[in-house]
Amino acid sequence: MSDNLTLPAQQGPADTTTPETLLEVEGLTKHFPIYGGFPIKRKVGAVQAVDGVDLTVGVGESVGLVGESGCGKSTTGRLITRLMEPTAGRITYAGQDITHASRKQLAPVRSEIQMIFQDPYSSLNPRQTVGSIIKAPMEVNGIEPAGGREKKVRELLELVGLNPEHYNRFPHEFSGGQRQRIGVARALALEPKLIVADEPVSALDVSIQAQVVNLLQEVQKELGIAFLFIAHDLAVVRHFSQRVAVMYLGKVVEVGDRDSIYNHPRHPYTHALLSAVPEIDLDGEGEARERIRLTGDVPSPISPPSGCRFRTRCWKAQDKCASEEPPLVKLSGSREGHLTACHFPEEPTLQGRAQDVVMDPALKALEGDGAGKD
Amino acid sequence: MPEQPNDQEGAIAGTGAGGAMDLGASEAETLEKTPYGPEGTGPAGKPRSLWSDAWRDLRRNPVFIISGLIILFLVFISLWPSAITWESPLQCDLAKAQEGSQPGHPFGFDGQGCDVYTRTVYGARTSVAVGVLATLGVGLFGSALGGLAGFFGGGWDSLLSRLTDIFFAIPVVLGGLVLLSVVTSNTIWPVIGFMVLLGWPQISRIARGSVITAKQNDYVHAASALGAGHSRILLRHIAPNAVAPVIVVATIALGTYIALEATLSYLGVGLKPPRVSWGIDISAASPYVRNAPHALLWPSGALAVTVLAFIMLGDAVRDALDPKLR
Repeated sequence: MSDNLTLPAQQGPADTTTPETLLEVEGLTKHFPIYGGFPIKRKVGAVQAVDGVDLTVGVGESVGLVGESGCGKSTTGRLITRLMEPTAGRITYAGQDITHASRKQLAPVRSEIQMIFQDPYSSLNPRQTVGSIIKAPMEVNGIEPAGGREKKVRELLELVGLNPEHYNRFPHEFSGGQRQRIGVARALALEPKLIVADEPVSALDVSIQAQVVNLLQEVQKELGIAFLFIAHDLAVVRHFSQRVAVMYLGKVVEVGDRDSIYNHPRHPYTHALLSAVPEIDLDGEGEARERIRLTGDVPSPISPPSGCRFRTRCWKAQDKCASEEPPLVKLSGSREGHLTACHFPEEPTLQGRAQDVVMDPALKALEGDGAGKD
Repeated sequence: MPEQPNDQEGAIAGTGAGGAMDLGASEAETLEKTPYGPEGTGPAGKPRSLWSDAWRDLRRNPVFIISGLIILFLVFISLWPSAITWESPLQCDLAKAQEGSQPGHPFGFDGQGCDVYTRTVYGARTSVAVGVLATLGVGLFGSALGGLAGFFGGGWDSLLSRLTDIFFAIPVVLGGLVLLSVVTSNTIWPVIGFMVLLGWPQISRIARGSVITAKQNDYVHAASALGAGHSRILLRHIAPNAVAPVIVVATIALGTYIALEATLSYLGVGLKPPRVSWGIDISAASPYVRNAPHALLWPSGALAVTVLAFIMLGDAVRDALDPKLR
């Protein structure tokens, strides 16, 4: 199968559909040490939360980062905004290496990279008014907009669909969706070029999710802000992102433009993820899509499986998967910019699988059809 | 929200009704002074912060009102004891030793022939001064150390945690007997210093835990993602959200410091005569308690009421600041 490999990973991001690169992440790694032992504590292991992530975000582009809980999506986001110190790898923002930049060195970049947090309740200081929360980015970075900071805050409140009169209110007087809008306004206060949105809608009601996603999309289009949109909701990412990266256990297993990932995925894990998305076939004419039911949980990131990390749950795994780690490359039959890390990739289609894959033996016995290929 | 404006209307209407509602007027005034009060200009009235919510709760709490009035009275007599007394606490007449209540001397005389009423009133100054200053010292020192250790973590944090363990192991009364018996200065400062020395670990632990909880909030991450420095994060984001438990424990501890001062003075290592303190008076009156119980009961009663008032205040403040109890 190695004849599938055509391009080395490093050349992958140089894609014709991708605009000028704004953020480039290479081999980003974050290991959280585990200490143990008595009486002197020493490092006994590490949680390999993020282990060699390659990612690029173009100017004004919105990239989705999806994966199961605990696969390192949020950690990746926090490494990029430098809330955490990376263990290894390189983060380049607009040509500037910010991997280990100090707070002073980061100062000019800080205003260009902003973050939206998942939990709208914990991300706003309950002791500050909405006005001072949104004003804070300008104060910290010493920015004095024309017409004063207060005027700018009122404009931002209006932009995110809140009443500017609410300037002096406290966060607890707002609903979850409104609070997330405040978070968006804070992120927009410095007119950033890149926003890392860490599951910005997953804590919200479904009806509110759409409002906030639409708000983010408007912001993205009107202000030309690049987004790294971290989410586990594939439908939301599909709606929002031009390019999508799929993460599994600290690694990017597949990356490509939206159409490639959603309609022509190659990695078995992407297939499994997509098959879990509920689908409404209104006219009843669409072909029944494959169903893949994985068994078990994501393996522990303390001692991840050797070789391909997905092999313990993959129905196509062979000996090679355990011994050799598949590189993230363009496979033959894939489009430009569509990279997959798999030795035995699936066909680039979602239709036409003869039988469902059911990995769980109990479930298989229950359904009594003997389906699945182990 | 609907309760707040009504509340204020009530208070303002109260003032308008006439001078009889003095309490209402002062309440409305204090409400304006709550941290976030004056900023509220929105159409829906004043914003509600945790502090203004707490204040609203407190004003309706009879425990707070009673303890607050007792404490106000105590503070008043410690600042101006001569306002309600007419003698000097050191003006004693042995001929009247152990005599009971008589006109001009409602509490009688103690073993040295000093007026018990005057001495009890003047003793409040020592108690309140020791309590307030020791609490301030412990609060500032303990929360600074604990807060910084909690915020920065690492080796200094571990060191501080072990150090607090060591200080917790020192028995308070025994430590006081040993340490204060070598001090010759007869002022309140060695006593306060001793209380700060033994009291800071309690506050430090609470401040540390509270800061660690606060620093994990996303708004702290958000602030550092904006490039905010340590001092801004600590002062603007962590301190306001971590200070409530420290205030509660410090208020309750204030009562125990007053009791500790009396204990140390009783044991002869705190303040010594001719200083005036409830502890000294209790100690002096105890040998002849069967002949002149009033000399013991009045300062003891004053001490008990004072300690109780501060502990009740601490309880009320805790109830008001704890959102889980609301």
